[in-house]
Amino acid sequence: MLAATVHYTRDLDLAEECVQDAYAQALQTWGRRTPVPARPGAWLTSVARNRALDRMRRASVLRRALPLLVVDEAVPGPEEGVEAPVDDDRLRLIFTCCHPALSRDAQVALTLRLLCGLSTVEVARAFLVQETTMAARITRAKKKISAARIPYRVPAREELPERVDAVLEVLHLVFTTGHAAPVGESLIRRDLVDGAIGLARVMHVLLPQNGEVAGLLALMLLIDSRRETRVGADGRLLLLAEQDRSRWDTDQINEGVALLVESLRRQPPGRYAVQAAIAAVHAESPSWADTDWAEIVALYDVLRSLWPSPVVDLNRAVALGMRDGPEAGLAALEPLLDVPAMATYGYLSAARADFLRRLQRWAEAEAAYEEALALTGNEVERAFLAGRLREIRDHV
Amino acid sequence: MAKYMLLIYGNEQEWAAMTAEETQRLDDGHAAFVAAAGSAVLSSHQLEPGATATTLHGDLAGRATPTDGPFLETKEGLGGYYVVEASDLDRALALAQLLPELKMAHCAVEVRPLVDVG
Repeated sequence: MLAATVHYTRDLDLAEECVQDAYAQALQTWGRRTPVPARPGAWLTSVARNRALDRMRRASVLRRALPLLVVDEAVPGPEEGVEAPVDDDRLRLIFTCCHPALSRDAQVALTLRLLCGLSTVEVARAFLVQETTMAARITRAKKKISAARIPYRVPAREELPERVDAVLEVLHLVFTTGHAAPVGESLIRRDLVDGAIGLARVMHVLLPQNGEVAGLLALMLLIDSRRETRVGADGRLLLLAEQDRSRWDTDQINEGVALLVESLRRQPPGRYAVQAAIAAVHAESPSWADTDWAEIVALYDVLRSLWPSPVVDLNRAVALGMRDGPEAGLAALEPLLDVPAMATYGYLSAARADFLRRLQRWAEAEAAYEEALALTGNEVERAFLAGRLREIRDHV
Repeated sequence: MAKYMLLIYGNEQEWAAMTAEETQRLDDGHAAFVAAAGSAVLSSHQLEPGATATTLHGDLAGRATPTDGPFLETKEGLGGYYVVEASDLDRALALAQLLPELKMAHCAVEVRPLVDVG
């Protein structure tokens, strides 16, 4: 809706205001004076659009009506009343928000604000920054879009690979932030997860041939298929080993696996396809005990060559520990202790703590759990780690 | 249409150390750039090195004191600029990518929109 309104106003701020006005009007009239329309989305869009046109007309100064967002004339917008199979306006807005001329922080913030509909406060919360800082970041990004005339369009074919990479990275970040919220009381932020999956679906409709788009969508669906089982009835975090696999969403797993197969058929696998393949091994394993750890370690080796990162090394070390035992896992984690980027990464401490616990090296395990506890801000994760710590202390 | 300034930055020592051949190649590169950009180029100049600059620092009373050197004293300096016209940032970036300095490791090109006063 916002995207369609931007198409008319070419001004992000004006479009946002008009969409809010349309919602306000709907709240006041629907179900009271008038029935809820059959297509509420279309109704809201046309109210927002009319409101925008009205505002621009009233602002009679010519400057106001000058296009602030550059629209590529070569790409026609959807015709009035015709529902295009691909939501063109939304795609243009995705590519505008993820334009490489904007910093990654700004890309993510704009995507959350304008495409996932989060308020500035919520975006700030998701990224652990002050509201004023986030408001300034978003304002700066919007100003750059209009002053530097970042075009509001889907990039040309030859520019696509580079632009798609940025979009996928942003969507992946939105998804992972929602999947394990860095702060707050709930482990999962459904709005972020659903927003990311929805946008990945839009990308997949636009670029059905792109293996990485299919790979990322597959990854999201496979991981999200476990959502009902990640937290127990008592609010406790449940690890993969403890989850009730019968409650995993099989439709979502099947869709994810089909997308993954499609992605692998198209081109040599990229990082998202390989990550999706790892998620698929877990999803298709009948039980934790039957997990094919050799396959998972091999996939992490491929992932490491495509996308070297200490976080990948950490996950590989954990898988290696499952394949060859805790002693081997601990040894594989050792080199990561010297990586500066990992100094405040709580999952490294948590992984070490688990291997030390299984080796019954209680005192070291206690220290590692304390460290992990100090490094997470998520309540559900904290409760899990605190529980483990209590068990350890019985042995110390 | 919008106007953008393409600011060409680089390491002054490396520029000064260029051989005659390398300088010629760079000049040819700029000739090719101007030919490719056509009427998009509105103005352009190469700058003398930063050491030839004089900077005026004012005080609250409006008196200005000249000092030797550029405003920012770094190894890297502004070597020259183009003002070009383009419909949007993507087009401006595509133009800037034709600059020969982008084949030199020590250089970078900043693309900055000019304030639209029209």
